[in-house]
Amino acid sequence: MKDLSMEQLTGQYFDVLKELGNIGAGNATTALSQMIGCKVDMSVPQVQLLEFKDLGGIVGGDDQIMVSIYLEVAGDIDGSMMFILSKTAAAHLVNKLMCGMLGIDEDTAEDCNFGDMEISAIKEVGNVITGAYLNALSALTTLKIYPSVPQIGIDMAGALLSVPAVEFGIYGDNILLIQTQFSDDIELEGYFILVPDMESYEKILTALGVM
Amino acid sequence: MSEVIKVGMADMKTCRGDDGVTTLGLGSCVGIAIRDPGTGIGGLVHVMLPDSSEIKNNTNRPKFADTGIEDLVNAVVRMGANRNRLVAKIAGGAQMFAFGGKSDMIRVGERNVLASKKKLAQLRIPILAEDTGDSYGRTVIFYPKTGDFYIRSVGKPEKII
Repeated sequence: MKDLSMEQLTGQYFDVLKELGNIGAGNATTALSQMIGCKVDMSVPQVQLLEFKDLGGIVGGDDQIMVSIYLEVAGDIDGSMMFILSKTAAAHLVNKLMCGMLGIDEDTAEDCNFGDMEISAIKEVGNVITGAYLNALSALTTLKIYPSVPQIGIDMAGALLSVPAVEFGIYGDNILLIQTQFSDDIELEGYFILVPDMESYEKILTALGVM
Repeated sequence: MSEVIKVGMADMKTCRGDDGVTTLGLGSCVGIAIRDPGTGIGGLVHVMLPDSSEIKNNTNRPKFADTGIEDLVNAVVRMGANRNRLVAKIAGGAQMFAFGGKSDMIRVGERNVLASKKKLAQLRIPILAEDTGDSYGRTVIFYPKTGDFYIRSVGKPEKII
């Protein structure tokens, strides 16, 4: 299975990756729920093979300002992971986490600038939920997965998403997205994007016995 | 009625007259705008990676700085632009996240800018202006008729280069 290409990843492989996304995101959602102390729902994940030019569309437009937590993954699999959410959702999470101490007005969050404290809180949320996601993946596949320290970026969706896309650009013209949305008592839009490199897909699928 | 044509990631578009071309959210990618001031014909390419020769099967030419610029030049010349009058402006090539780690990937923005400049120099197309590097995303709009290259970034005033 040396020359697995993106185009071959169809059918049952998709289902397996979807299930992985499901379990990872499920774990992450639980972690988030415990952290902010309220119920969080998640959607059934989508696995999509997307062309680069359609990438921004999935999160509501290339120039939509989003908050993203990005980290690199090493160990048995290599790749990167991104958790991306709207500024309003980020403000909501921060308010929940800090029990409203920072008092960001969620209605105007789209236009506000986050301070150091807010950024730090968002980073911590990102750290916990991406960690939970990867833990689930690691437990399931018995592969060693070491995440790097997360980085935060607040910028246009297109610019943020281009970072994992560029890594993928070496392998093909499409990017494989495992994407999950979650929601709390208000609608929260958040997406997990896991981007392992091609070899890692083989390792994951082999570890799960489907290849 | 003038319109602004959207250029996606690893994509290329040309236009003429009052029309413009735009690409949203350039991160480490580079937007290269080329125009012929005489005819007002021009175009924009959104490249993601510096060099197509590093990859075996290049099926998507606008993805790379070298092949993308070549194709853009050919496309505007086919539309009637004068090859010898072409001028360029470039933007993008930011480093969105600060990783002190492994691969060349972390410097891809910088490498994209260098590769674009190299290709333009090879084709003898002068770069009139640039807004590259740093750590923020850019949305650009280019009007080939006037040569105005608008750059918008989060939390910064709009620039025209």
